[in-house]
Amino acid sequence: MHVTELFAQLGVLFSYVFIKRALVVGILVSLCAALLGINLVLRRFSMIGDGLSHVGFGALALAAVLGFSPLAAAIPIVIFAAFFMLWLNEKGHMQGDAAIAILSSSALAIGVLITACSGGMNTDLNSYMFGSILAISREDMILSIAVSAVVLILYAVCYHPLFSITFDENFAAATGTKASLYNMILSLLTALTVVTGMRLMGTLLISPLIIFPALTAMRVCKSYRGVVICSMITSVVCFILGLILSFLFSLPTGATIVVVNLLCFGLFSLYGAIVK
Amino acid sequence: MSAILEVKNLTVRYERHVAVENVSFSIEEGDYAAIIGENGSGKSTLVKSLVGLIPPFAGEIVMHGMEKREIGYLPQSTIVQKDFPASVTEVVLTGCLGNERRIGPFYTKKQKKTAEENMELLGITPFAKKSFRALSGGQQQRVLLARALCATKKLLILDEPASVLDPVVTHDLYTVLHKLNRERGITVLMVSHDIHCALEQAKTILHMGRSLLFCGTADAYYDTELYHRMTGSCGEHFANHGHMGHAALEHHHAEHQNGDNQTERGESTCM
Repeated sequence: MHVTELFAQLGVLFSYVFIKRALVVGILVSLCAALLGINLVLRRFSMIGDGLSHVGFGALALAAVLGFSPLAAAIPIVIFAAFFMLWLNEKGHMQGDAAIAILSSSALAIGVLITACSGGMNTDLNSYMFGSILAISREDMILSIAVSAVVLILYAVCYHPLFSITFDENFAAATGTKASLYNMILSLLTALTVVTGMRLMGTLLISPLIIFPALTAMRVCKSYRGVVICSMITSVVCFILGLILSFLFSLPTGATIVVVNLLCFGLFSLYGAIVK
Repeated sequence: MSAILEVKNLTVRYERHVAVENVSFSIEEGDYAAIIGENGSGKSTLVKSLVGLIPPFAGEIVMHGMEKREIGYLPQSTIVQKDFPASVTEVVLTGCLGNERRIGPFYTKKQKKTAEENMELLGITPFAKKSFRALSGGQQQRVLLARALCATKKLLILDEPASVLDPVVTHDLYTVLHKLNRERGITVLMVSHDIHCALEQAKTILHMGRSLLFCGTADAYYDTELYHRMTGSCGEHFANHGHMGHAALEHHHAEHQNGDNQTERGESTCM
Protein backbone atom coordinates (compact mmCIF):
# COMPACT_ATOMS: atom_id res chain seq x y z
CA MET A 1 0.00 0.00 0.00
CA HIS A 2 1.36 3.41 -0.99
CA VAL A 3 1.66 6.14 1.55
CA THR A 4 -0.70 8.40 -0.34
CA GLU A 5 -3.24 5.60 -0.57
CA LEU A 6 -2.91 5.03 3.16
CA PHE A 7 -3.57 8.68 3.92
CA ALA A 8 -6.55 8.66 1.57
CA GLN A 9 -7.93 5.64 3.43
CA LEU A 10 -7.38 7.35 6.80
CA GLY A 11 -9.13 10.42 5.43
CA VAL A 12 -12.13 8.26 4.58
CA LEU A 13 -11.93 6.57 7.98
CA PHE A 14 -12.15 9.76 9.98
CA SER A 15 -14.92 11.20 7.83
CA TYR A 16 -17.42 8.65 9.17
CA VAL A 17 -19.56 9.87 12.03
CA PHE A 18 -19.55 6.50 13.80
CA ILE A 19 -15.74 6.42 13.66
CA LYS A 20 -15.55 9.88 15.20
CA ARG A 21 -17.86 8.74 17.99
CA ALA A 22 -15.85 5.56 18.49
CA LEU A 23 -12.69 7.62 18.63
CA VAL A 24 -14.05 10.01 21.27
CA VAL A 25 -15.52 7.27 23.45
CA GLY A 26 -12.53 4.98 22.92
CA ILE A 27 -9.92 7.54 23.90
CA LEU A 28 -11.83 8.50 27.04
CA VAL A 29 -12.41 4.87 28.04
CA SER A 30 -8.76 4.04 27.32
CA LEU A 31 -7.65 6.82 29.67
CA CYS A 32 -10.00 5.76 32.46
CA ALA A 33 -9.17 2.08 32.06
CA ALA A 34 -5.42 2.75 32.05
CA LEU A 35 -5.61 4.74 35.30
CA LEU A 36 -7.82 2.32 37.21
CA GLY A 37 -5.87 -0.66 35.88
CA ILE A 38 -2.78 0.52 37.74
CA ASN A 39 -4.50 0.34 41.12
CA LEU A 40 -6.40 -2.85 40.32
CA VAL A 41 -3.33 -4.72 39.07
CA LEU A 42 -1.08 -3.56 41.92
CA ARG A 43 -3.68 -4.44 44.54
CA ARG A 44 -4.24 -7.87 42.99
CA PHE A 45 -7.80 -6.88 42.09
CA SER A 46 -7.55 -7.70 38.37
CA MET A 47 -10.28 -10.30 38.80
CA ILE A 48 -12.77 -7.59 39.75
CA GLY A 49 -12.45 -5.82 36.39
CA ASP A 50 -12.94 -9.08 34.54
CA GLY A 51 -15.82 -10.16 36.75
CA LEU A 52 -17.60 -6.84 36.33
CA SER A 53 -17.61 -7.09 32.55
CA HIS A 54 -19.40 -10.44 32.77
CA VAL A 55 -21.95 -8.96 35.13
CA GLY A 56 -22.27 -6.15 32.60
CA PHE A 57 -23.21 -8.66 29.94
CA GLY A 58 -25.99 -10.06 32.11
CA ALA A 59 -27.19 -6.52 32.79
CA LEU A 60 -27.23 -5.63 29.09
CA ALA A 61 -29.19 -8.79 28.25
CA LEU A 62 -31.72 -8.00 30.96
CA ALA A 63 -32.03 -4.38 29.79
CA ALA A 64 -32.57 -5.50 26.18
CA VAL A 65 -35.39 -7.86 27.17
CA LEU A 66 -37.09 -5.33 29.44
CA GLY A 67 -36.71 -2.58 26.87
CA PHE A 68 -34.55 -0.25 28.98
CA SER A 69 -31.71 1.84 27.63
CA PRO A 70 -28.76 -0.59 27.81
CA LEU A 71 -26.12 1.65 29.38
CA ALA A 72 -28.41 3.38 31.85
CA ALA A 73 -29.68 0.01 33.08
CA ALA A 74 -26.25 -1.58 33.27
CA ILE A 75 -24.60 1.19 35.31
CA PRO A 76 -26.48 0.66 38.63
CA ILE A 77 -26.32 -3.14 38.36
CA VAL A 78 -22.58 -3.16 37.70
CA ILE A 79 -21.92 -0.62 40.48
CA PHE A 80 -23.81 -2.83 42.91
CA ALA A 81 -21.83 -5.85 41.72
CA ALA A 82 -18.58 -3.91 42.15
CA PHE A 83 -19.35 -3.15 45.80
CA PHE A 84 -20.39 -6.74 46.36
CA MET A 85 -17.14 -8.05 44.85
CA LEU A 86 -15.10 -5.65 46.95
CA TRP A 87 -16.86 -6.95 50.03
CA LEU A 88 -16.21 -10.55 48.96
CA ASN A 89 -12.56 -9.76 48.38
CA GLU A 90 -12.14 -8.14 51.79
CA LYS A 91 -13.58 -11.24 53.43
CA GLY A 92 -10.38 -13.00 52.47
CA HIS A 93 -11.12 -16.13 54.48
CA MET A 94 -14.12 -17.15 52.39
CA GLN A 95 -12.11 -17.48 49.19
CA GLY A 96 -12.95 -14.12 47.69
CA ASP A 97 -11.45 -14.83 44.29
CA ALA A 98 -13.47 -18.01 43.85
CA ALA A 99 -16.63 -16.17 44.90
CA ILE A 100 -15.96 -13.48 42.30
CA ALA A 101 -15.41 -16.11 39.61
CA ILE A 102 -18.71 -17.79 40.48
CA LEU A 103 -20.58 -14.50 40.53
CA SER A 104 -19.24 -13.35 37.17
CA SER A 105 -19.74 -16.60 35.29
CA SER A 106 -23.24 -16.96 36.74
CA ALA A 107 -24.13 -13.47 35.55
CA LEU A 108 -22.86 -14.35 32.08
CA ALA A 109 -24.83 -17.60 32.02
CA ILE A 110 -28.02 -15.90 33.18
CA GLY A 111 -27.50 -13.25 30.49
CA VAL A 112 -27.25 -15.95 27.82
CA LEU A 113 -30.36 -17.71 29.14
CA ILE A 114 -32.39 -14.50 29.21
CA THR A 115 -31.40 -13.82 25.61
CA ALA A 116 -32.17 -17.35 24.44
CA CYS A 117 -35.60 -17.34 26.10
CA SER A 118 -36.50 -14.00 24.53
CA GLY A 119 -35.89 -15.00 20.94
CA GLY A 120 -32.34 -16.24 20.49
CA MET A 121 -28.96 -14.60 20.13
CA ASN A 122 -29.54 -11.51 18.04
CA THR A 123 -26.89 -9.35 16.49
CA ASP A 124 -27.25 -6.79 19.23
CA LEU A 125 -26.11 -9.27 21.84
CA ASN A 126 -23.26 -10.41 19.64
CA SER A 127 -22.07 -6.83 19.57
CA TYR A 128 -22.29 -6.68 23.37
CA MET A 129 -20.00 -9.67 23.63
CA PHE A 130 -17.34 -8.68 21.14
CA GLY A 131 -17.95 -4.94 20.81
CA SER A 132 -18.88 -2.87 17.83
CA ILE A 133 -17.86 0.57 16.76
CA LEU A 134 -21.19 0.81 14.96
CA ALA A 135 -23.09 0.35 18.20
CA ILE A 136 -22.34 3.77 19.68
CA SER A 137 -25.29 6.10 19.34
CA ARG A 138 -25.17 9.84 19.95
CA GLU A 139 -26.77 9.31 23.37
CA ASP A 140 -24.22 6.65 24.22
CA MET A 141 -21.45 9.04 23.31
CA ILE A 142 -22.81 11.85 25.48
CA LEU A 143 -23.31 9.46 28.41
CA SER A 144 -19.80 8.09 27.91
CA ILE A 145 -18.28 11.57 27.92
CA ALA A 146 -20.14 12.46 31.12
CA VAL A 147 -19.18 9.22 32.88
CA SER A 148 -15.54 9.44 31.77
CA ALA A 149 -15.34 13.02 33.00
CA VAL A 150 -16.58 11.88 36.42
CA VAL A 151 -14.02 9.06 36.50
CA LEU A 152 -11.09 11.23 35.43
CA ILE A 153 -11.91 14.06 37.82
CA LEU A 154 -12.49 11.75 40.80
CA TYR A 155 -9.29 9.90 40.02
CA ALA A 156 -7.29 13.13 39.91
CA VAL A 157 -8.82 14.30 43.20
CA CYS A 158 -8.08 10.96 44.93
CA TYR A 159 -4.70 10.41 43.27
CA HIS A 160 -2.53 10.41 46.40
CA PRO A 161 -4.84 8.52 48.77
CA LEU A 162 -5.40 5.90 46.05
CA PHE A 163 -1.64 5.54 45.68
CA SER A 164 -1.20 5.33 49.43
CA ILE A 165 -3.79 2.57 49.96
CA THR A 166 -2.49 0.70 46.93
CA PHE A 167 1.06 0.71 48.24
CA ASP A 168 0.24 -0.01 51.87
CA GLU A 169 -3.37 -0.14 52.99
CA ASN A 170 -2.48 -0.69 56.66
CA PHE A 171 -0.23 2.34 56.87
CA ALA A 172 -2.73 4.50 55.01
CA ALA A 173 -5.57 3.44 57.31
CA ALA A 174 -3.44 3.91 60.45
CA THR A 175 -2.48 7.45 59.49
CA GLY A 176 -6.02 8.59 58.88
CA THR A 177 -6.76 7.78 55.22
CA LYS A 178 -10.22 6.27 55.01
CA ALA A 179 -9.16 3.11 53.21
CA SER A 180 -12.64 1.61 52.90
CA LEU A 181 -13.97 4.84 51.37
CA TYR A 182 -11.23 4.87 48.74
CA ASN A 183 -11.73 1.16 48.06
CA MET A 184 -15.36 1.96 47.32
CA ILE A 185 -14.38 4.87 45.07
CA LEU A 186 -12.02 2.55 43.20
CA SER A 187 -14.80 -0.02 42.73
CA LEU A 188 -17.27 2.65 41.65
CA LEU A 189 -14.88 4.09 39.07
CA THR A 190 -14.07 0.62 37.75
CA ALA A 191 -17.75 -0.19 37.37
CA LEU A 192 -18.34 3.05 35.45
CA THR A 193 -15.37 2.43 33.17
CA VAL A 194 -16.35 -1.16 32.45
CA VAL A 195 -19.89 -0.15 31.50
CA THR A 196 -18.77 2.71 29.25
CA GLY A 197 -16.17 0.58 27.52
CA MET A 198 -18.46 -2.43 27.08
CA ARG A 199 -20.21 -1.22 23.92
CA LEU A 200 -17.00 -0.50 22.13
CA MET A 201 -14.78 -3.35 23.30
CA GLY A 202 -17.38 -5.95 24.12
CA THR A 203 -17.93 -7.48 27.55
CA LEU A 204 -15.42 -10.21 26.83
CA LEU A 205 -12.65 -7.85 25.76
CA ILE A 206 -12.95 -4.85 28.10
CA SER A 207 -10.84 -6.26 30.94
CA PRO A 208 -7.61 -6.43 28.86
CA LEU A 209 -8.05 -2.70 28.23
CA ILE A 210 -7.88 -2.25 32.01
CA ILE A 211 -5.06 -4.67 32.74
CA PHE A 212 -2.67 -4.37 29.77
CA PRO A 213 -1.61 -0.69 29.89
CA ALA A 214 -0.67 -0.91 33.59
CA LEU A 215 1.32 -4.11 33.11
CA THR A 216 3.01 -2.67 30.03
CA ALA A 217 4.02 0.54 31.79
CA MET A 218 5.34 -1.37 34.81
CA ARG A 219 7.87 -3.20 32.64
CA VAL A 220 9.84 0.01 32.12
CA CYS A 221 8.75 2.71 34.59
CA LYS A 222 10.36 3.10 37.98
CA SER A 223 8.04 5.60 39.63
CA TYR A 224 4.30 5.53 40.17
CA ARG A 225 3.84 8.79 38.32
CA GLY A 226 5.86 7.36 35.44
CA VAL A 227 3.58 4.33 35.33
CA VAL A 228 0.49 6.57 35.37
CA ILE A 229 1.67 8.73 32.47
CA CYS A 230 3.11 5.85 30.46
CA SER A 231 0.04 3.64 30.79
CA MET A 232 -2.26 6.50 29.72
CA ILE A 233 -0.14 7.10 26.61
CA THR A 234 0.22 3.42 25.64
CA SER A 235 -3.47 2.85 26.24
CA VAL A 236 -4.56 5.66 23.90
CA VAL A 237 -1.91 4.87 21.27
CA CYS A 238 -2.83 1.17 21.23
CA PHE A 239 -6.51 2.06 20.94
CA ILE A 240 -6.05 4.42 17.98
CA LEU A 241 -3.64 2.02 16.27
CA GLY A 242 -6.04 -0.88 16.81
CA LEU A 243 -8.96 1.13 15.47
CA ILE A 244 -7.06 2.11 12.32
CA LEU A 245 -5.77 -1.43 11.70
CA SER A 246 -9.20 -2.94 12.19
CA PHE A 247 -10.58 -0.53 9.59
CA LEU A 248 -7.78 -1.01 7.07
CA PHE A 249 -7.87 -4.80 7.25
CA SER A 250 -11.56 -5.25 8.08
CA LEU A 251 -10.88 -6.88 11.46
CA PRO A 252 -13.07 -6.88 14.58
CA THR A 253 -12.17 -3.69 16.48
CA GLY A 254 -12.13 -4.92 20.08
CA ALA A 255 -10.00 -7.95 19.29
CA THR A 256 -7.55 -5.91 17.19
CA ILE A 257 -7.08 -3.40 20.03
CA VAL A 258 -6.38 -6.20 22.51
CA VAL A 259 -3.81 -7.79 20.19
CA VAL A 260 -2.08 -4.42 19.65
CA ASN A 261 -1.94 -4.10 23.46
CA LEU A 262 -0.43 -7.58 23.68
CA LEU A 263 2.27 -6.68 21.13
CA CYS A 264 3.00 -3.46 22.99
CA PHE A 265 3.32 -5.42 26.24
CA GLY A 266 5.75 -7.81 24.52
CA LEU A 267 7.89 -4.93 23.23
CA PHE A 268 8.01 -3.20 26.61
CA SER A 269 8.85 -6.47 28.38
CA LEU A 270 11.70 -7.06 25.98
CA TYR A 271 12.98 -3.51 26.48
CA GLY A 272 12.63 -3.85 30.26
CA ALA A 273 14.57 -7.12 30.24
CA ILE A 274 17.38 -5.67 28.10
CA VAL A 275 17.73 -2.48 30.15
CA LYS A 276 17.84 -4.42 33.43
CA MET B 1 7.47 12.47 82.15
CA SER B 2 3.89 11.65 81.41
CA ALA B 3 2.14 8.84 79.64
CA ILE B 4 1.72 9.20 75.90
CA LEU B 5 -0.29 6.02 75.45
CA GLU B 6 -2.56 4.28 77.91
CA VAL B 7 -4.15 0.91 77.36
CA LYS B 8 -6.89 -0.11 79.76
CA ASN B 9 -8.25 -3.65 79.95
CA LEU B 10 -7.95 -4.10 76.20
CA THR B 11 -9.44 -7.22 74.64
CA VAL B 12 -9.21 -7.76 70.87
CA ARG B 13 -10.95 -10.49 68.92
CA TYR B 14 -10.55 -11.93 65.46
CA GLU B 15 -13.98 -13.33 64.65
CA ARG B 16 -14.59 -15.50 67.70
CA HIS B 17 -10.95 -16.02 68.55
CA VAL B 18 -9.59 -13.91 71.40
CA ALA B 19 -6.14 -12.69 70.30
CA VAL B 20 -5.48 -10.15 73.04
CA GLU B 21 -7.07 -10.53 76.46
CA ASN B 22 -7.50 -7.92 79.14
CA VAL B 23 -4.22 -6.08 78.62
CA SER B 24 -3.40 -2.91 80.53
CA PHE B 25 -0.25 -0.82 80.40
CA SER B 26 0.91 2.68 79.71
CA ILE B 27 3.89 3.97 77.77
CA GLU B 28 5.69 7.06 78.98
CA GLU B 29 6.84 9.81 76.67
CA GLY B 30 10.40 9.16 75.50
CA ASP B 31 10.33 5.45 76.35
CA TYR B 32 11.71 2.71 74.13
CA ALA B 33 9.51 -0.35 74.60
CA ALA B 34 9.59 -3.75 72.97
CA ILE B 35 6.70 -6.17 72.74
CA ILE B 36 7.96 -9.73 72.68
CA GLY B 37 6.33 -13.13 72.76
CA GLU B 38 6.00 -16.32 70.78
CA ASN B 39 4.30 -16.59 67.39
CA GLY B 40 0.57 -16.16 67.70
CA SER B 41 0.84 -14.49 71.10
CA GLY B 42 -1.12 -11.44 69.96
CA LYS B 43 1.81 -9.02 69.48
CA SER B 44 0.82 -7.86 66.02
CA THR B 45 -2.87 -7.83 66.87
CA LEU B 46 -2.17 -5.61 69.86
CA VAL B 47 -0.22 -3.21 67.67
CA LYS B 48 -2.88 -3.20 64.95
CA SER B 49 -5.43 -2.34 67.56
CA LEU B 50 -3.24 0.47 68.93
CA VAL B 51 -2.98 2.13 65.51
CA GLY B 52 -6.70 1.71 64.89
CA LEU B 53 -6.74 -1.09 62.30
CA ILE B 54 -8.68 -3.51 64.49
CA PRO B 55 -11.33 -2.08 66.82
CA PRO B 56 -11.10 -3.21 70.46
CA PHE B 57 -13.68 -5.74 71.60
CA ALA B 58 -13.47 -4.35 75.14
CA GLY B 59 -11.38 -1.80 77.00
CA GLU B 60 -9.89 1.39 75.67
CA ILE B 61 -6.80 2.95 74.18
CA VAL B 62 -6.13 6.53 75.21
CA MET B 63 -3.60 8.79 73.50
CA HIS B 64 -2.30 11.82 75.40
CA GLY B 65 -1.32 14.97 73.51
CA MET B 66 -1.79 13.40 70.08
CA GLU B 67 -4.36 11.79 67.86
CA LYS B 68 -4.31 8.19 66.70
CA ARG B 69 -3.54 9.18 63.13
CA GLU B 70 -0.40 10.96 64.31
CA ILE B 71 1.24 7.65 65.15
CA GLY B 72 4.18 6.82 62.89
CA TYR B 73 3.42 3.23 61.97
CA LEU B 74 5.76 0.81 60.28
CA PRO B 75 3.70 -2.25 59.36
CA GLN B 76 5.10 -5.62 58.32
CA SER B 77 6.04 -5.50 54.66
CA THR B 78 3.50 -6.90 52.24
CA ILE B 79 3.83 -8.96 49.08
CA VAL B 80 2.33 -6.09 47.07
CA GLN B 81 5.38 -3.93 47.81
CA LYS B 82 7.84 -6.40 46.32
CA ASP B 83 7.33 -5.36 42.71
CA PHE B 84 5.65 -2.02 43.28
CA PRO B 85 6.73 0.72 40.88
CA ALA B 86 7.11 3.80 43.06
CA SER B 87 10.00 6.17 43.67
CA VAL B 88 11.40 6.61 47.18
CA THR B 89 10.12 10.20 47.31
CA GLU B 90 6.61 9.11 46.35
CA VAL B 91 6.55 6.52 49.13
CA VAL B 92 7.90 8.89 51.79
CA LEU B 93 5.42 11.62 50.80
CA THR B 94 2.44 9.36 51.54
CA GLY B 95 3.43 9.72 55.20
CA CYS B 96 2.39 13.37 54.95
CA LEU B 97 -1.16 12.62 53.77
CA GLY B 98 -2.58 12.32 57.27
CA ASN B 99 -1.24 15.54 58.75
CA GLU B 100 -2.65 17.97 56.22
CA ARG B 101 -6.05 17.42 54.64
CA ARG B 102 -5.84 18.47 51.05
CA ILE B 103 -7.67 17.50 47.92
CA GLY B 104 -5.97 17.18 44.56
CA PRO B 105 -2.95 15.68 42.86
CA PHE B 106 -0.30 17.98 44.38
CA TYR B 107 1.52 18.11 47.71
CA THR B 108 2.10 21.38 49.57
CA LYS B 109 5.56 22.89 49.98
CA LYS B 110 5.42 22.07 53.68
CA GLN B 111 4.69 18.41 52.98
CA LYS B 112 7.55 18.21 50.49
CA LYS B 113 9.89 19.83 53.02
CA THR B 114 8.89 17.37 55.77
CA ALA B 115 9.56 14.47 53.41
CA GLU B 116 12.95 15.88 52.38
CA GLU B 117 14.01 16.43 56.00
CA ASN B 118 13.12 12.89 57.01
CA MET B 119 14.86 11.41 53.98
CA GLU B 120 17.94 13.41 54.90
CA LEU B 121 17.70 12.27 58.52
CA LEU B 122 17.67 8.61 57.51
CA GLY B 123 20.33 9.01 54.84
CA ILE B 124 18.17 7.99 51.91
CA THR B 125 18.34 11.27 49.98
CA PRO B 126 20.77 9.72 47.44
CA PHE B 127 18.06 7.19 46.49
CA ALA B 128 15.26 9.76 46.32
CA LYS B 129 14.51 9.12 42.67
CA LYS B 130 15.24 5.40 42.71
CA SER B 131 12.51 2.82 42.53
CA PHE B 132 11.46 1.35 45.87
CA ARG B 133 11.50 -2.19 44.46
CA ALA B 134 15.15 -1.83 43.40
CA LEU B 135 16.38 -1.11 46.94
CA SER B 136 17.83 -3.61 49.41
CA GLY B 137 15.76 -4.75 52.39
CA GLY B 138 17.58 -2.41 54.76
CA GLN B 139 17.15 0.58 52.46
CA GLN B 140 13.46 -0.22 52.05
CA GLN B 141 12.98 -0.25 55.82
CA ARG B 142 14.67 3.15 56.04
CA VAL B 143 12.28 4.48 53.41
CA LEU B 144 9.29 3.14 55.34
CA LEU B 145 10.73 4.58 58.54
CA ALA B 146 11.08 7.98 56.86
CA ARG B 147 7.45 7.68 55.78
CA ALA B 148 6.43 6.88 59.35
CA LEU B 149 8.39 9.89 60.63
CA CYS B 150 6.46 12.14 58.22
CA ALA B 151 3.29 11.02 59.99
CA THR B 152 4.52 11.57 63.54
CA LYS B 153 6.62 13.77 65.76
CA LYS B 154 6.09 11.79 68.92
CA LEU B 155 5.39 8.07 68.68
CA LEU B 156 6.72 5.35 66.40
CA ILE B 157 5.08 1.94 66.40
CA LEU B 158 6.99 -0.74 64.51
CA ASP B 159 5.79 -4.25 63.71
CA GLU B 160 8.77 -6.61 63.38
CA PRO B 161 10.93 -4.07 61.54
CA ALA B 162 13.90 -6.45 61.38
CA SER B 163 12.14 -9.66 60.37
CA VAL B 164 13.36 -9.47 56.76
CA LEU B 165 16.83 -8.07 57.44
CA ASP B 166 20.23 -9.69 57.86
CA PRO B 167 22.10 -9.13 61.17
CA VAL B 168 24.35 -6.29 59.98
CA VAL B 169 21.47 -4.30 58.51
CA THR B 170 19.35 -5.07 61.57
CA HIS B 171 22.05 -3.49 63.72
CA ASP B 172 22.02 -0.38 61.53
CA LEU B 173 18.27 -0.10 61.84
CA TYR B 174 18.41 -0.38 65.62
CA THR B 175 21.12 2.29 65.73
CA VAL B 176 18.82 4.61 63.81
CA LEU B 177 15.91 3.88 66.14
CA HIS B 178 18.10 4.44 69.18
CA LYS B 179 19.21 7.79 67.77
CA LEU B 180 15.65 8.87 67.05
CA ASN B 181 14.65 7.89 70.56
CA ARG B 182 17.53 9.60 72.32
CA GLU B 183 18.17 12.66 70.20
CA ARG B 184 14.68 13.48 69.00
CA GLY B 185 12.80 12.23 72.03
CA ILE B 186 10.54 10.06 69.89
CA THR B 187 8.79 7.33 71.85
CA VAL B 188 9.37 3.93 70.27
CA LEU B 189 7.13 0.89 70.62
CA MET B 190 8.40 -2.09 68.68
CA VAL B 191 7.22 -5.64 68.15
CA SER B 192 10.17 -8.01 67.97
CA HIS B 193 10.57 -11.73 67.60
CA ASP B 194 14.24 -11.46 68.49
CA ILE B 195 14.34 -11.45 72.27
CA HIS B 196 18.07 -10.69 72.58
CA CYS B 197 17.89 -7.65 70.31
CA ALA B 198 14.79 -6.45 72.12
CA LEU B 199 16.50 -6.71 75.52
CA GLU B 200 19.60 -4.99 74.22
CA GLN B 201 17.66 -2.11 72.69
CA ALA B 202 14.60 -1.45 74.77
CA LYS B 203 14.22 0.09 78.20
CA THR B 204 10.84 -1.50 78.74
CA ILE B 205 9.71 -5.01 77.90
CA LEU B 206 6.14 -6.16 77.35
CA HIS B 207 5.80 -9.91 77.06
CA MET B 208 2.60 -11.04 75.39
CA GLY B 209 1.00 -14.44 75.60
CA ARG B 210 -2.53 -13.46 74.67
CA SER B 211 -2.62 -11.57 77.95
CA LEU B 212 0.27 -9.47 79.18
CA LEU B 213 2.62 -11.87 80.99
CA PHE B 214 5.27 -9.34 81.91
CA CYS B 215 5.76 -5.63 81.81
CA GLY B 216 8.71 -3.91 83.38
CA THR B 217 12.28 -2.89 82.73
CA ALA B 218 14.54 -4.97 80.55
CA ASP B 219 16.76 -5.58 83.58
CA ALA B 220 13.90 -6.99 85.59
CA TYR B 221 12.95 -9.26 82.72
CA TYR B 222 16.28 -11.14 82.90
CA ASP B 223 15.28 -12.57 86.28
CA THR B 224 11.95 -13.93 85.19
CA GLU B 225 10.92 -17.48 84.44
CA LEU B 226 9.70 -16.20 81.08
CA TYR B 227 13.17 -15.09 80.08
CA HIS B 228 14.68 -18.45 80.94
CA ARG B 229 11.92 -20.26 79.15
CA MET B 230 12.27 -18.11 76.01
CA THR B 231 16.05 -18.38 75.82
CA GLY B 232 16.50 -21.83 77.32
CA SER B 233 19.25 -20.47 79.63
CA CYS B 234 19.69 -21.52 83.27
CA GLY B 235 19.47 -18.26 85.06
CA GLU B 236 22.60 -16.36 84.12
CA HIS B 237 22.15 -12.66 84.27
CA PHE B 238 23.29 -11.06 81.04
CA ALA B 239 22.28 -7.54 81.91
CA ASN B 240 24.92 -5.23 80.61
CA HIS B 241 23.06 -1.99 80.47
CA GLY B 242 21.84 0.03 83.34
CA HIS B 243 19.16 2.29 81.95
CA MET B 244 15.96 2.45 83.88
CA GLY B 245 12.53 2.07 82.45
CA HIS B 246 10.53 5.22 82.11
CA ALA B 247 7.20 3.68 81.64
CA ALA B 248 4.80 3.46 84.49
CA LEU B 249 3.32 0.15 83.75
CA GLU B 250 0.06 -1.06 85.00
CA HIS B 251 -0.51 -4.73 84.86
CA HIS B 252 -3.51 -6.43 86.29
CA HIS B 253 -3.54 -9.75 84.67
CA ALA B 254 -0.56 -11.87 85.45
CA GLU B 255 0.78 -10.61 88.73
CA HIS B 256 0.69 -14.10 90.16
CA GLN B 257 3.31 -15.17 87.63
CA ASN B 258 5.95 -12.55 88.07
CA GLY B 259 4.72 -9.85 90.33
CA ASP B 260 7.86 -9.86 92.46
CA ASN B 261 10.17 -8.97 89.64
CA GLN B 262 8.16 -6.20 88.19
CA THR B 263 8.31 -3.73 91.00
CA GLU B 264 11.82 -4.30 92.22
CA ARG B 265 13.81 -2.57 89.53
CA GLY B 266 13.66 0.67 87.69
CA GLU B 267 10.73 2.99 87.93
CA SER B 268 8.24 0.49 86.67
CA THR B 269 5.22 0.23 88.79
CA CYS B 270 3.20 -2.73 87.72
CA MET B 271 0.14 -3.29 89.75
